[in-house]
Amino acid sequence: MNAQAADTIMVTTPNDLEVVTVRAFAAPRTLVFEAHTKPELVKRWLLGPPGWTMPVCEIDLRVGGKLRYVWKTEGDGSSFGMTGVFKEIVVPERLVHTEFFSDNWTGGEALITTTFTEKGGKTTVTITMRFASKEARDGAVATGMTDGMESSYQMLEEVLKSTAAA
Amino acid sequence: MTPDRLDATFQALADPTRRAILARLALGEVSVTELAEPFAMSQPAISKHLKVLERAGLVTRGRDAQRRPVRLEARPLAEANGWLERYREIWEANYRRLDALLDAMKRAGAKPRRRRKERRS
Repeated sequence: MNAQAADTIMVTTPNDLEVVTVRAFAAPRTLVFEAHTKPELVKRWLLGPPGWTMPVCEIDLRVGGKLRYVWKTEGDGSSFGMTGVFKEIVVPERLVHTEFFSDNWTGGEALITTTFTEKGGKTTVTITMRFASKEARDGAVATGMTDGMESSYQMLEEVLKSTAAA
Repeated sequence: MTPDRLDATFQALADPTRRAILARLALGEVSVTELAEPFAMSQPAISKHLKVLERAGLVTRGRDAQRRPVRLEARPLAEANGWLERYREIWEANYRRLDALLDAMKRAGAKPRRRRKERRS
């Protein structure tokens, strides 16, 4: 049995600018890549917290091509959007694009690198979100943090919680 | 925590192999031999990673000379960071939906039929 938990997410902050998520899927890389790049598929899962739909999902999959996402909540009908541009595309292994959100929670444009690696029929997706500055990253990440000591414990807790046996 | 220990912890967690080692240890203690197996890495290479983790106080090694079992150190942990926790929960939910979609795609057995990209003006 593969001791590494395949279906739990790991979230870490490896340096001052980045947040990294890692998750494995029981599917071949070509399918996982498609699910990340075809709008009719992306709309079915990239929805965030419960109660949101994705009425707009536009993906122009070429270098310089644009992404546009709009999410809408059923509750009060408020919406929230994201625009971006592809910087690098290597099918089916790597995507690099920018992201800018309507509420600017990223404190400026963020750079997203998504890699897809397949081993033994499982595909690992690693997303590296690179913020424009340490302040932007910390502004997003630092809610409630008081000092560096707390952040290192929290980082470890994220690693352990996200990989604890189900 | 001293600045040195802080640096050691950050360095320990900044490597994907070491994070995977911690994930494995979260399931229970193992010998170094058992630990090396899934990584297709030599024992000396794994031991190098373990030294980094030991310096950060994240693992300890038992005294049993034969097995030298490696154990994750349970530490008193601060309350989870609010934003990272929410971010993780959101992506867990996204990925559970993606699991279901991938299952459907596999069952369909072929690439989904192409549809014209929907455009909203």
